[in-house]
Amino acid sequence: MEEMLIIAGFGGQGVQLIGQTLVKAGMEEGKEVSFLPSYGAEMRGGTSNCHVIISDEPICSPIVNEASCVMALNRPSLDKFESAVVAGGTLLINSSLIDRKAERTDIEALYVPANDLAQEAGNLRTANMVMLGAYIGVSGAVSVDAVMENLKKTFGERRAHLLPVNRVAIEKGIECVRQQRAKA
Amino acid sequence: MAKVLMKGNEAIAEAAIKAGCRFFFGYPITPQNQIPEYMSKRMPQVGGCFLQAESEVSAINMVYGAAGAGARAMTSSSSPGISLKQEGISYAVGAELPLVVVNMVRGGPGLGSIQPAQSDYYQATRGGGHGDYRLPVFAPSSVQEAVELMATAFDVADKYRNPVMLLGDGMLGQIMEPVEMIQERSEPLPKKPWASGVPEKEGRSIINSLYINPDECEVHNYKLERKYQEITANEVRVQLIDTEGADILLVAYGTMARICQRAAKDAYKQLGLKVGLVRPITLWPYPYEALKNAAEQPSVKHVLSVEMSTGQMVDDVRLAVCGAKPVSFYGRTGGMVPTVKDILAKLSSIKEGM
Repeated sequence: MEEMLIIAGFGGQGVQLIGQTLVKAGMEEGKEVSFLPSYGAEMRGGTSNCHVIISDEPICSPIVNEASCVMALNRPSLDKFESAVVAGGTLLINSSLIDRKAERTDIEALYVPANDLAQEAGNLRTANMVMLGAYIGVSGAVSVDAVMENLKKTFGERRAHLLPVNRVAIEKGIECVRQQRAKA
Repeated sequence: MAKVLMKGNEAIAEAAIKAGCRFFFGYPITPQNQIPEYMSKRMPQVGGCFLQAESEVSAINMVYGAAGAGARAMTSSSSPGISLKQEGISYAVGAELPLVVVNMVRGGPGLGSIQPAQSDYYQATRGGGHGDYRLPVFAPSSVQEAVELMATAFDVADKYRNPVMLLGDGMLGQIMEPVEMIQERSEPLPKKPWASGVPEKEGRSIINSLYINPDECEVHNYKLERKYQEITANEVRVQLIDTEGADILLVAYGTMARICQRAAKDAYKQLGLKVGLVRPITLWPYPYEALKNAAEQPSVKHVLSVEMSTGQMVDDVRLAVCGAKPVSFYGRTGGMVPTVKDILAKLSSIKEGM
């Protein structure tokens, strides 16, 4: 297994948290991981992305130029990174905020209304966890339990009450892509 | 010890503390800000001192003072800030002070960009300050190697009474990877009877780089030179990956070497080329001998230096290969990073000309 991801959105959508959560969960499960954030002139509302690799083999280059999966949380991210998906790879599109379809036909495009599903889960701010769930649903790269274990540590006692809603959000993401794949 | 996920900058800061560094002086600049940020939190916890100076010039001179008093001290910055520190580094070399400088290189010249670069190679290895001097330069390619070399950097600095540089780049500073943190140094720090502020010592200790009589200054310079010869003989570090029987040798350091390692693997699959990688870990002293030996193998037809610059280390590659084989260069600069695909394209064009 060699999962090469680009996760992109606008600052404040929790893009970096998706990436960090995935690599921490992957590490706990004994996989090789790396997390490379975009950095610099980032700000809330600006663009934000990160490169994540989860692999069975030691990782050489931490840069992802050809992604097995791109997660686009907003329209500019889709425009910028659609071309980075390898042929046969997966494009996860946050269809709550992105009003266009994928242009490429040589990849699998799945539409996840992340903000709507987060609202349904009970907290709009879990939209990033819906996307993370969608990624787990398509790749199985890490387990939901490993992710939850990690979120438990990240949240601490003070925010432990937020764990159930995050779990629901992740499960909604998984369910969403499974249903689409079943129809396809 | 279990592996933890750490950002390069933070891991380097923690490793310095584990290695016994108790004084950090710095001034903020991207992409190394997590080093001072981390130090500001951790130094008070271990009874050390974190101080944000009013400028880079002042920070390096604070390090000079702490090192002169016998402490393990360091500073960190990125390219434009390192330029400002050069005067202080030259003075510290002249006064034979052990200290560590971390440079997380970004695009230049001037303020340049904030993305990863390797365009400070000349400055690091040829002496960015004035005078006949050298300083050991370590170039880690992973967070794990960076934490291990941080301890080595302090040891080498103390052993030779000379500043040492850890040369990374924005990528190494920002990446998060699993790392097994080094153990807290258990043995006492090396004795420094030459330092000022040694309580049991009688008489004065003078920390100075001024030798106003040229004959004395020459004697001092030859003393330094003997030290550099000793470092050259003892401290060269290099990693050779699949160089035996290779068709083409890649030469790259730091994070660039990781990208080249992937390119070397893919070149065999896609181009049928056996590509070896020579990865200098010390940029000074440079592994001339290891590179020369690898390049002189009959199987090797070509040597390619890959850098995030317009071509700086390639000079050392040419000095090592010394005309035995053709040497070419590939690089991107200003904060752009060569991709595996770019390197494969270059290897493919070299193959055609072989």
